[in-house]
Amino acid sequence: MSAEKGEVIISVKDLKKHYGGGDIKALDGITTDIHKGEVVVVIGPSGSGKSTFLRSLNLLERPTSGTISFHGTDITSKATDINKLRQKMGMVFQHFNLFPHLTIMKNMTLGPTKLLGLSKAEAENKAQALLDRVGLGDRANSYPSQLSGGQKQRIAIVRALAMDPEVMLFDEPTSALDPEMVGEVLEVMKQLAKAGMTMVCVTHEMGFAREVGTRVIFMDCGRIIEENTPEQIFTNPQNERLVSFLQKVL
Amino acid sequence: MTSILSSAYAFAVNLAGEAAEQPSSGWFGNLWNALKDDFVNNFITQKRYMYLLKGLGITFEVTFFAALLGIFLGVIVALVRSSHDKLAEEMRPGFLKGLLGFFNFLANIYLTIIRGTPVVVQLMIAYFIIFATSNNKVLVAILAFGINSGAYVAEIIRSGIMSIDVGQFEAGRSLGFGYIATMVHIIIPQAIKNVLPALANEFIVLIKETSVSGYVGLQDLTKGGDIIRSRTYSAFMPLIAVALIYLVIVIFFSKMVTLLERRLRNSER
Repeated sequence: MSAEKGEVIISVKDLKKHYGGGDIKALDGITTDIHKGEVVVVIGPSGSGKSTFLRSLNLLERPTSGTISFHGTDITSKATDINKLRQKMGMVFQHFNLFPHLTIMKNMTLGPTKLLGLSKAEAENKAQALLDRVGLGDRANSYPSQLSGGQKQRIAIVRALAMDPEVMLFDEPTSALDPEMVGEVLEVMKQLAKAGMTMVCVTHEMGFAREVGTRVIFMDCGRIIEENTPEQIFTNPQNERLVSFLQKVL
Repeated sequence: MTSILSSAYAFAVNLAGEAAEQPSSGWFGNLWNALKDDFVNNFITQKRYMYLLKGLGITFEVTFFAALLGIFLGVIVALVRSSHDKLAEEMRPGFLKGLLGFFNFLANIYLTIIRGTPVVVQLMIAYFIIFATSNNKVLVAILAFGINSGAYVAEIIRSGIMSIDVGQFEAGRSLGFGYIATMVHIIIPQAIKNVLPALANEFIVLIKETSVSGYVGLQDLTKGGDIIRSRTYSAFMPLIAVALIYLVIVIFFSKMVTLLERRLRNSER
């Protein structure tokens, strides 16, 4: 693992998520820390609980037991204002989830104006700068349905960035894209990682994990089976389930 | 409306004048004269068209305010019901959950009673029992039809809310919007747009449903036509006229909705 680590941003302890009265264990005791500046890539077979894990981090899934702390605040506690904390955790979804009834500009300024108290002009300047950064500066007045999948996902990323989050959560951001559009989205994510953003990314893109990740977590059956640097994971996997998983996907 | 009626009036007077000078003959002439006399007798004599005109005003007034009340009630009931469906499972037991459960219970009773009984019975209960002391027929009709319409609007809007992909909701929440803010800024605008045709249909139904206002003695368009019939003992002209007026209103309104829908759709392409 990398030598110098930033402060702990998210700390997860013994996280469990059970459905159907405990019959199905989507998460079965996850413990890990996310440090500032890390790019944590979560891989694993489908049904391994990796998406549930990611969605628990901002409480889109409410865990059955265990704690998740954000800068030391337990976010599962009743006293915590989860809406305030979610502003600090940007999320990007597999299916983009842009708001189809709003223009790209409105998509990006809705949160900053309503939640951060920015003026319309401030929010629009910021949104325009972000759009320019991902090469979509000319699409501000388009509607989501006028864009390609890759463009939509780039918009979804900058929409989350417009809230100035401390950490970005990616839930299979390239899985719903045509193959030729995967590259443009990964490129934006790479830039983001280089700029020092803390990221947690559930993905099947092993190339991305290898190149950009600072740590790779391999999950199966709701547990963390192995976690290590990308180099170790891909060149020297220890667990046999990881070995067979990598044989199938690489 | 007034100008159409007054030109019809002028036309009829003109016809009557010509007929006096030059009596028509043959079966067609007889039929024509009979219809003309019938028209004059039903609408022109004693300015009987005023029954239709004033009745139309009442119909519009009741429909408009009842529709407003219906949408207001409908949105609230739809929010309660869909929030209960969406949130009840994941909410912690406590005051809020109990409150939501209670409101959901009330909403279900409201929907069951209103949708389970005829609107004309509801109108009579409102006028003769609940507001027996009030003599404001228009207000009672607005309340009765508004409360009735609210039940149907609620189910329409609820189906609209349920039709929105859960990802929209999650996207709103993940940006940091609370439940209500997500509903207001993200879910409801899309839901309304999706159910606009159904809402327009409900409005059209409402216009026509107000025709039972006569049961509490409110002189709406239908009652106006019926009064003319009872004065002239001729049913054809007044009732056909009433039917045509409803038809024109509904066609006009349907056309407006089609235009509105097209505009909303264009905004996304």
